[in-house]
Amino acid sequence: MRAPEVGAVVAERTVPLDRGSLVRYAGASGDFNPIHYRDDVAAGVGLPGVLAHGMLTMGVAVQPVVDWLESIAEPGQAPGWVTDYQVRFTRPVVVHPEDGAELTIVATLAQVDEDGLAGRVDLTVSSEGRTVLGKAQVRVAFA
Amino acid sequence: MNPDLQGRVLPPSPPYLVGREKVREFARATGSTSPLSLDPEAARAAGHADVVAPPTFPVVVQEGALAQLLAEPDAGIDFSLVVHGDQRFSYSRPVVAGDELTPTLTVTSVKQLGGNSMVTAATEMVDQAGEHVVTATSTLVVRGDS
Repeated sequence: MRAPEVGAVVAERTVPLDRGSLVRYAGASGDFNPIHYRDDVAAGVGLPGVLAHGMLTMGVAVQPVVDWLESIAEPGQAPGWVTDYQVRFTRPVVVHPEDGAELTIVATLAQVDEDGLAGRVDLTVSSEGRTVLGKAQVRVAFA
Repeated sequence: MNPDLQGRVLPPSPPYLVGREKVREFARATGSTSPLSLDPEAARAAGHADVVAPPTFPVVVQEGALAQLLAEPDAGIDFSLVVHGDQRFSYSRPVVAGDELTPTLTVTSVKQLGGNSMVTAATEMVDQAGEHVVTATSTLVVRGDS
């Protein structure tokens, strides 16, 4: 495994979401709350529009870390994995019917254990230039 | 919300069988392109019995346990006012297709904060052998419920 450097950005990605993404996630997760697909219901409870499931944002945001762990694995070795992942949902992501939304994810290696076997990656996740997840931290085992 | 909920342990939900196609469906829906989650051969080559669930997959199992909590007759939680505050998954090992996960939910905290109520529930999931696999911890904020 390549030695990762603390403080380095290890992955960066912009992910487009559209209403189809929300319908697909509703089916995959079993969360059929209509605020995630019906404009009238969202407006009726005072929301600015149809929102992405917080858990969709959380799920999408960790994928760059999973891919990074696979990219640094030695050939023939099992890649590292996510042992602990937490977020706070600080701002809803409105998904417009035509323009959708974009999530921008920046993953930074925040800490590596003394033995080099595990560490922490911090995520900055934003939409329209504003952070949507707080305290988004991923504990990883490197092998 | 009923403050006496704190410390309550719900009876375990029926076991959830993690299916290969469910894992792949969930992986695609969360933008995963990981061969370990999509390709059983790649997963086996990495030492897993079958495809590996993405990190947030246990939410599918947690969902049922939380529904059970909200349905407690004395919970006093109005579902239409509930907002997801935060979420955590703490693993002992990855979840793979073929796992049978039995979830048990414990209400770890009930708080009042600025006119809202907050309830934190930890759903522990064990496998067929009774070994811990993952704990999903969720804080729900109930707006304007004081």
